[in-house]
Amino acid sequence: MSTHRFLVMTRSAPYGTSAARDALETALTCSVFEQPVTLLFLDDGVFQLLKGQAPASIEQKNLNAMQQSLPLYDIERLYVSKRALELRGLSAADLILPVELIDDAALPALLAQHDTVLSI
Amino acid sequence: MIFSIIVQAPPVQSQGAETALRFTRAVLAAGHQVHRVFFYRDGIHNGTDLASHPQDESSLPAQWQALAQEHNLDLVVCIAAAVRRGIVNEGEAKRYHHEHWNLAPGFELSGLGQLVDTCLQADRVVTFGGRS
Repeated sequence: MSTHRFLVMTRSAPYGTSAARDALETALTCSVFEQPVTLLFLDDGVFQLLKGQAPASIEQKNLNAMQQSLPLYDIERLYVSKRALELRGLSAADLILPVELIDDAALPALLAQHDTVLSI
Repeated sequence: MIFSIIVQAPPVQSQGAETALRFTRAVLAAGHQVHRVFFYRDGIHNGTDLASHPQDESSLPAQWQALAQEHNLDLVVCIAAAVRRGIVNEGEAKRYHHEHWNLAPGFELSGLGQLVDTCLQADRVVTFGGRS
């Protein structure tokens, strides 16, 4: 099977829609098929990586548990929009995993490094 | 060029699935190939056999079926997304002890691996209905 670089791009808050979970499922599946995968968090998607989530009271599973398995699947390239994070009063220290902050101006180059971009 | 189409939009409430259908027609009309149409998330509702529309409107599931028949398209519905939302074929209905099933002919249930596979086969992957 050929190697194909996937980028999964997600912009939605962690709960309220299934987007965060579906994006993670897609990234994990790419990894199971031994394809390198990068995750890119834009807009409200930056909230997905917030530490200390406690969604039990809305009867949702905690995304943090699934996110912490990402390194086990060799998914270590996590990019977070610097501007989206700052606009929401957050910093990389608030996030559950180590990430690379990316400037908006650098996004086209990041997308161009990948063979397939999936927006979820 | 070989295209893969990923549909995340449901058939009625948003325009994404209709746009995906028109885009798929346009790709084929321009002489390109479509490796697979993969229905994910709420897009799996495109695979229902039980949608009824007013006479002056058309049913999207029926249009997908017709296009698939004409061009021998591979219409794959994500099995995990479908089973959660109540779109099942006979096999899954039996597995989950349901008395009825509703996946339209021409659609096939399969895993998310088929999404990854079609991306590997395609020159261009186009997603419809993401971002929600």
